[in-house]
Amino acid sequence: MAAEFKKRKRTDPEIPTASMADIAFLLLIFFLVTTTIDVDTGIGMVLPPKLEEDVEPPPIKERNVLKILVNEQGFVLLEDLPSSVSLIREEVKKHVLNNGVDLMYSESPNRALISIKTARQTPYNAYIDVLDEVWMAYFEMWDLEARQLGYADYATYLTTLNDDEDAVNQIREKIKAQISIAEPDAQ
Amino acid sequence: MAGHFKKKTKTKQEIPTASMPDIIFILLCFFMVTTVLRETTIQVRTTLPQAEALTKIDQKRLLSYLYIGPRKLEGNKIGDTAVQIDDALVGEVTNVRTIMYRKLVEQPKLIVSLRVDQISEMGIVLDVQQELREAGTLRINYSTKRLVVL
Repeated sequence: MAAEFKKRKRTDPEIPTASMADIAFLLLIFFLVTTTIDVDTGIGMVLPPKLEEDVEPPPIKERNVLKILVNEQGFVLLEDLPSSVSLIREEVKKHVLNNGVDLMYSESPNRALISIKTARQTPYNAYIDVLDEVWMAYFEMWDLEARQLGYADYATYLTTLNDDEDAVNQIREKIKAQISIAEPDAQ
Repeated sequence: MAGHFKKKTKTKQEIPTASMPDIIFILLCFFMVTTVLRETTIQVRTTLPQAEALTKIDQKRLLSYLYIGPRKLEGNKIGDTAVQIDDALVGEVTNVRTIMYRKLVEQPKLIVSLRVDQISEMGIVLDVQQELREAGTLRINYSTKRLVVL
């Protein structure tokens, strides 16, 4: 037994620590690559270009415009009738997908226009709530359209387009999101 | 002389590598401590509103931030609404035009991300937007947080 112990003692009991530095480096690189610092999320919009002095804005038929007005208290007027934020989504969908059936709503999705008007004292919060509902209505319509084309949803359709820059987004061509931010009335 | 050399070879020649991981970790900690994530100090309060219809902006280099909100004062007080671009407050809203125009020349695909406090009034936001139209920076983004339903 004693001889056996002696034999054991002769083997090197050290753990090789030379690779520890490499492991630490790998960890460092892994975290460097995977950390994303504060990705910005939000609602994207494109402002209309500056108006030329003597060019009249193109005429728009009254029926193609869905007017949403948000007042100082954050209350909503939908086509001059008192409404609430939660009703906007359905109303926008009805308006855009009307295709000329109802005389009160739009003629076709591409002619449909959503006009959001606020007062100068309207809290930003209320405006974003309304804008969010309008965008959600469009997102849901695009999802529906994507499903008809055989995709799971609009996001998966977008990933198929990502490969080349020139690809035409057919869904957005069909249902264009046309949202206008109107200037408040002069007081 | 030959004997002298022989004596030297008998000493251990390995460099001790046991402390290497510690050195690397110290490096890691040093970089973690010294990295500054935000190079601008925001002088206005921007509590962002929440929304559902979000899009992510992956191209960070195209972004330029514009802050609108009540000014932070000493002792947790807030003052009048102000506009900030980069590190400085913008005195007159009309100055936004020249600042943004200069940025647009440098980066033609510029996206202006509006970080607006949720209690700010639409008046100033619309004024800033009007200036952005004049400058030609038409791509904007209303920065919002993801809606958390409790």
